Amino acid sequence: MQLTLLALVLALLTMIGFLVGRSRAAASVGGRVAELHSVPSYHGVYVALWAGLPALLLFVVWTASEGWLALQLVLSALPDRLTTGDGQSVSLLKADILNLARGIATGREADPLVVEAARRYAALRDLAGWSLLAVGASIAVAGLAWGSRRIGPDLRARPAVERVVRVALVVCSLVAILTTVGIVLSLLFEALRFFSVVSPLDFLFGTHWSPQMAMRADQVGSSGSFGAIPLFAGTLLITVIAMAVAVPVGLMAAIYMSEYAGRGMRTWLKPALEILAGIPTVVYGFFAALTMAPVVRSVGEALGLDVSSESALAAGIVMGVMIIPFVSSLSDDVINAVPQSLRDGSYGLGATKSETIRQVVLPAALPGIVAAVMLAVSRAIGETMIVTMASGLTANLTANPLQAVTTVTTQIATLLVGDQEFDSPKTLSAFGLGLVLFLVTLCLNMVALRVVRTYREKYD
Amino acid sequence: MSIQNPLKLRPHTDDRPGQRPGAALPNKMTARGVTVFYGAKQALKGIDLDIRENRVLALIGPSGCGKSTFLRCLNRMNETIEGCRVEGRIALDGEDVYGKAVDAVQLRARVGMVFQKPNPFPKSIYDNVAYGPRIHGLASGRDELDEVVQTSLKRAGLWAEVKDRLREPGTSLSGGQQQRLCIARAIAVSPEVILMDEPCSALDPIATAHIEELIDELRANYTIVIVTHNMQQAARVSQRTAFFHLGEMVECDDTEEIFTNPRDERTQGYITGRYG
Repeated sequence: MQLTLLALVLALLTMIGFLVGRSRAAASVGGRVAELHSVPSYHGVYVALWAGLPALLLFVVWTASEGWLALQLVLSALPDRLTTGDGQSVSLLKADILNLARGIATGREADPLVVEAARRYAALRDLAGWSLLAVGASIAVAGLAWGSRRIGPDLRARPAVERVVRVALVVCSLVAILTTVGIVLSLLFEALRFFSVVSPLDFLFGTHWSPQMAMRADQVGSSGSFGAIPLFAGTLLITVIAMAVAVPVGLMAAIYMSEYAGRGMRTWLKPALEILAGIPTVVYGFFAALTMAPVVRSVGEALGLDVSSESALAAGIVMGVMIIPFVSSLSDDVINAVPQSLRDGSYGLGATKSETIRQVVLPAALPGIVAAVMLAVSRAIGETMIVTMASGLTANLTANPLQAVTTVTTQIATLLVGDQEFDSPKTLSAFGLGLVLFLVTLCLNMVALRVVRTYREKYD
Repeated sequence: MSIQNPLKLRPHTDDRPGQRPGAALPNKMTARGVTVFYGAKQALKGIDLDIRENRVLALIGPSGCGKSTFLRCLNRMNETIEGCRVEGRIALDGEDVYGKAVDAVQLRARVGMVFQKPNPFPKSIYDNVAYGPRIHGLASGRDELDEVVQTSLKRAGLWAEVKDRLREPGTSLSGGQQQRLCIARAIAVSPEVILMDEPCSALDPIATAHIEELIDELRANYTIVIVTHNMQQAARVSQRTAFFHLGEMVECDDTEEIFTNPRDERTQGYITGRYG
């Protein structure tokens, strides 16, 4: 409520700031705008920034610290007998206060002292909200006044505004980087918790994966075994099958589209291929489980092979089909980017079309094609749904594509589906897998970048 | 009005005395009534032109006059452009190059081309030159290929500069060296005619001088047709010059005649810099 009001007030003041700044700037030189250092609208933005930015900064700092401060105030008023104890009971107390303040029943008979604390907490938060509104609005008004007083013919409004814009751009790029760092760190810490229970060596080199943990001491057959080799092997197998389908088909399609297809063909072929990329992976999953797997099975049986009803081959082929548009579309773009002069040079020497494509166009496009393939590999490794539906969850350690295998991502998904206790090794192992996956794709991307750069140096 | 040899024409000392340069030599290529359309737009209007053996023919004229189009007709490079249609007759040693029996790929091995912008392939210097001989199977074995590459680079005047770095990418050379590499690449398939489409327009004056000297040497073995915007260049390197204007061939004569005594008003206007 107070926040909405504050946002409205700030928006209004910023707008007023802009108009005031612009008209004052024009007025300060009697309408001869050319005498100003910056054009009037920069003065407008200058005043608007003075009105909006300090209040916004205050708002950010305030909201970040307000809840914590209020809670500390309330807690310090409580008797020591409630606030001392182990970490768990204190955090329980804090949760009780917050829940009561929001009017959510805690499900327990509440201590009257805690109820009183919750009431005070709610009152404090309310007071803080109104004072934030008051302080924020006055700062905005003060900023507006300060900014508009400084308006004059010599004010360097444009450089000042551009500095602010630059800072804003830096902040935006930092958001992306910091988010990544945050995700990696959280992954790392959870993975470390996992590795404190299960030895990293057992995890990385063990050949048996069976993450079920015993619920009761006397339960049979659920000791929990975290050897991730079958998962890595399964991921590798399915990725290799997928790439064996996607790279040749995608590349040939790209060559056809960019070198041979007429304009009419191209206008519908390329969008049609790109539609393939827009199909949700769950739908590919249906297709793999309901169509491809039975086909693979019956073909295998006709050849006298033993095929399980869920096979790596079915999942891999469908995944390959899913990735074709990635390879073809990106390769088509890089092949088109090869300058016509190179083709002319080759034709001018009496080379045929296919000689030109094989010996001049493809080598020139190679860095881009490598990048496209690497992207496709990352995509194949990260793909979850098709494998879940078509190849199952059995962690077989096998190189036979006719057997069911499972992949790292599929296991992560199944480990975290449903209600989980976040302190059992079973759940934590998902973070271990996630960390490995992250490191592998990171290495892959770095290798891809390196390859691309080396070829760039050679060919451009 | 006469022009007092404004372009410092070089006398062609190697021509037989008492004869106008290039006059009595056989025709390597002949064009009769060559007309080209790009879609509905007519780019060339009935060009008749003779190209003499072991001579340099310069095609000059303002931008868009059709000289590059004509050049690209000679080895059927226009066929790589969508919607391009060529009429008329072009003969190489008396044989119609647009005839049914002629394969454009084979024709281009006999009529090579060097382009405006140096376009070395993304390969090593060696492989750039070896490209043509390899695809046409002109050399059997490594030694023979080495020989072809070396001879071509020597003829293109590039050997001394690159003989220690044949494995480096062709793109690592300077612009002028790249263009000589492209010439070496064209020579390597031993063509009979070399077409050059403004080969010096992307080069500095020193590299240009290099290429011009090279063209003069090459005519001992090849017939050369060069498109140029630079009239001094046309005067320096060619024995015969054809002036194109708005898709027509206005006049073609010995270079000296064209530059000192043009018959057509338009030619005179162009070479004296009144327009174009």
